[in-house]
This record gives sequence, structure tokens and C-alpha cells, in this order.
Amino acid sequence: MQPLLDDVAFVVTATGVLTAAAAALVGSVLVVRGQAMLTDAVSHGVVFGIAATFLVTGAVSGPVQLLGATAAGVLTVVLTQALAGSGRVRRDAATGLVFPALFAAGVLVLSLFARDVHVDTHTVLLGEIGFVWLERVPLLGLEVPRAPLVLLGVLVLDALYVLAFHERLVAGSFDPVHARLQGLRPGAASLGLLVLVALTAVAALDAVGVVLFVAFAIVPAVAARLVAGSMVGVIAVAVAAASAAAVAGYPLAVSLDVSIGGTMALLTAVPLAAASAWRLARSSA
Amino acid sequence: MAAGAVLLGVTSGALGTFAVLRRQSLVGDVMAHAALPGVVGGYLLAGERSLPAMLAGALVTGLVAAGLAWVLTHRLKVKSEAALGTGLGLGFALGVVLLSYVQRQPGAGSAGLESFLYGQAAATLRADVLVLGGVAVVGLGVATLLFGELKVATFDPVWARARGHRVALLDAGLTGLLAVAVVIGLQAVGVVLMSALVVAPAVAARQLTRSLGAMFWTAGALGGASALAGALLSAATPGLATGPVVVLVASAVAGLALLLGPERGRAAEA
Repeated sequence: MQPLLDDVAFVVTATGVLTAAAAALVGSVLVVRGQAMLTDAVSHGVVFGIAATFLVTGAVSGPVQLLGATAAGVLTVVLTQALAGSGRVRRDAATGLVFPALFAAGVLVLSLFARDVHVDTHTVLLGEIGFVWLERVPLLGLEVPRAPLVLLGVLVLDALYVLAFHERLVAGSFDPVHARLQGLRPGAASLGLLVLVALTAVAALDAVGVVLFVAFAIVPAVAARLVAGSMVGVIAVAVAAASAAAVAGYPLAVSLDVSIGGTMALLTAVPLAAASAWRLARSSA
Repeated sequence: MAAGAVLLGVTSGALGTFAVLRRQSLVGDVMAHAALPGVVGGYLLAGERSLPAMLAGALVTGLVAAGLAWVLTHRLKVKSEAALGTGLGLGFALGVVLLSYVQRQPGAGSAGLESFLYGQAAATLRADVLVLGGVAVVGLGVATLLFGELKVATFDPVWARARGHRVALLDAGLTGLLAVAVVIGLQAVGVVLMSALVVAPAVAARQLTRSLGAMFWTAGALGGASALAGALLSAATPGLATGPVVVLVASAVAGLALLLGPERGRAAEA
């Protein structure tokens, strides 16, 4: 087992697959609910949390950072909804106002106070998937890379939650009143989903940064939505498409000597193009 | 540098008025992120750091990404947020790949490209100010000349069509103006945060004014002041990118207007 965990190509590919799969999983639910850009707001808000946690506790990784960053991701959406709910600003403008302000504050803090630590403004934007094998933790007598381990935990948590509550999550988005009458409590389920989206964005940050996370969350899910009908079907296709893009992306990026995370994210365009072509051919037939 | 900051701030702020009223704030974010491959592509095609080539490239890829989102929404019935996220994500991913390709080529000419991520107002050269001035004149000029038509197309497209206006053409024109508002600030503010400079001044101006004309020029003034303040602050602090500072200033102005604005702010309710 340890030789495999020492293999750079394997660890980087596995991290890519886990990032892509976890993002595509939560992204599928948000795309079906018509809330895809929430991933954009959450992942940028997370950076504010990382900066704030660093300022207050000095932590640059670990559970404290995970907690602070996740809370900030949730806070971004809560603030946006409060602003849109006030009636002074429409939802798109509220989104476009709140998360850039929090992200800008986070970047400012990181560039002023965190120059010598590994959370820098370049990493939060683009990720460092090529270096995820460097940081390891001992587990069951093995030296396991930290990033894929955390991502695996988050992926399992995401999968359990979404599979357990997918009816409630979807019902709440189409007909909240009906869902409530059925006793499905869509509000509580939505809050849980939001927490998981933020947690997933935090776990993905070291590998791919805030913007490529959005690509992994949305593009495979859009492709899946074009070919699959049910929520579970969309999730299965999206996770498979995202994972395939990550697997194909590593050797391609290495052979072209370009960004690994960027190539993996860009390759999600292939399943989207295939699904779009299939859809267009079917509708014109 | 100061003149460039004022030019881009006024243009982005004023043109952002239409984006905010037409609920296209997130379209601006898509164009800004998807401008990255155009900036790098313009650099590659020109063979050197040429602002006109890079801004032209940004205009093209930003509009292509917005077009992709339009096709997904209108031809494939994808929900609008998912379509926008697709254009943003794929556009930025392509930009990241191209940027990494250019940076691994020999020679130091590509060093300045990194500043397009978070923005660096100090990188604005004297010749660049002329380019920005040209873009500003075209953007603000078109908006001023067609102000009446753009106004009806924004508030009442049905009536505009009944009056014989070519609404589809005006829609395309407004999308083009939004692209202009975005690309003009890419070098100083960066692709990641540029859309906030389009949105925040217009949100602030909305709380302070009663008419579209007043909102347009107030947003322009606030955008210009925010960009100038941000550029000066970041220039005075070594290692600090311009984008985050400009956006924090513009957001603070919007926050104050939302709390205290006489027209729609909280103070108006008292």
C-alpha cells in the first residue's frame, strides 16, 4: 500500500478525482435546484474565513481552519439572502456585491499578514494540486497524503447526506409549500446542504482553488442534466464525468507541461459537448 | 496611473447601471473570469505585452463565454445560473491552462500577465492610458447617444418593441457595453474581482438617485472615486494588489449607501 501512496502520479490523480467527484456531487443538487452560482459565492467566501481564522488563531490548516472557513462560506450565502430579502437589491446584484467584498477582504489580509505561510493569494485562487503529496499524516501504520484523505472523508459525508435527503432537497426547491405539507422540512435540509457545499469548497481549495471548484461543481452536472432524468441519475453521471476528466487531465497536463488543475477542469467540457450534441440531435430528430 | 484608474472606474461604474437594472450582474462576473484566456491569447498572438491585443482578446473570449451561457439557456433549456457557471468555470480553466503554458516558455516577457489575476494599477503605462481613454470614449459615447433607446429596452422591452425599436439589437448592444465595462478594468483590477467594480457603484447609486440619468452618472462618479482611492492605496503599500483594495472601497461605499441612502436605503424608511 505504501508504495502506491508514495507514487506522485497516483496521489495527484486520486486527489483530482476526489475533488472532482465531491464537487460534482454537491454541484448536481444545486444545479437541479437552480442555485448553481451559490458554489461561486461559497468558495470565494471560504477565503475570507481562512484569512479571518488565521488572523484570530494563527491557524493555517487543521480543524480550526476547516471550521472557520466553512462557517464563512455559509455566512456568505446568509448575508446575500438577507440583502436580497431586504428588497433593496436584487438577488444577482446581492450575490455580485457580497462575495467579492468578503473575498477581497480575505485576499487583503492574506497579502498583508500571511506572506510567509503557505496560504497565499496565489494558492487560494489556483490551488497546488501538483504538491498535495508533500503533506502527510500517519494513519494505520501508513504515511497518507493529507489532502486526498480529507477529500475522501468529505466525499463520503456528501454522498451519505445527499442520498439520504435527496427527495427533500429536490422537493423543497420545486414546491416548498408542498414539501412542508408533506413534513419534509426543506429549510433544514437546505441548510445542511449549504454547510456541505462550504465544507467541500474548503477541502477542494488546496488542490484546485476557488474558481476551478466552480467548474467541477457545475459543468459535469449540467452535462448530466442533459442526459439523465432523476436526481440520482444526474448525480451518477456527473460524478462519473468529473472523475473521468480528472483521470484524463493528469497525463495530458504533464505531457503538455501546463497547469494540472486547469487541464482537469477544462476537460469537463468534453462530456458537456457530448451531452449537448446528443440532446440537440435528439430534439431535431 | 491615476488618470487610468479614474477612466476605468467611471466607465465600469456608469455602464454597470444597465447590468444591475437588467439583472445581469453575474453575466459581468462570467465575462471577467472568461476574459483570462483572451488576455493570454492576445499576448501570444501579439508576441509581446500589448494592451490593445490583450483587451481585444478579453472582449472576444468574454463574449464567447456569455454566448455559451446564452446557447445553454435558450437552446438546451439549462437553468440560467448553471449556464453562467459553465461559461465562468470553463473560461477560467482555459485561461489557467494558457497562463501556465506561457509562463513556462523561456523569457521574462510574460511576468506581467500574473498581474491580470488580482490587478496591478501601477502596471498601467502612459500608452495604456490612451487605450483606456479610447475604450472609455466608445463605451460612454455609445451609452450616451443611445440613452433613450437603452432606457426603454431596459425598463419595458415590450413597449420598446411596440414603438418600433429593434430590441434584439439593443440587447446585443447592452451586452457589448457590459463587456466594455469589464475589460477596461482587467489590468488594474484583475479578472477575479472586476465584476464587483461593475456592480457595487450601481447598487450604491440606486440608493441615492431617482432617475436613470442621475443613477448612470452617480455610479460613474462613485466608480471613478473608488478606483482612484484603491489604486493610490495599493501603490502606497508594496506587494498589495489593486483589485482587492478597489473592491473593498467600492463595497464600503455601497454598504454605506444601502444603510444611509435617502431614496431606498434604511434611512429612507425612518
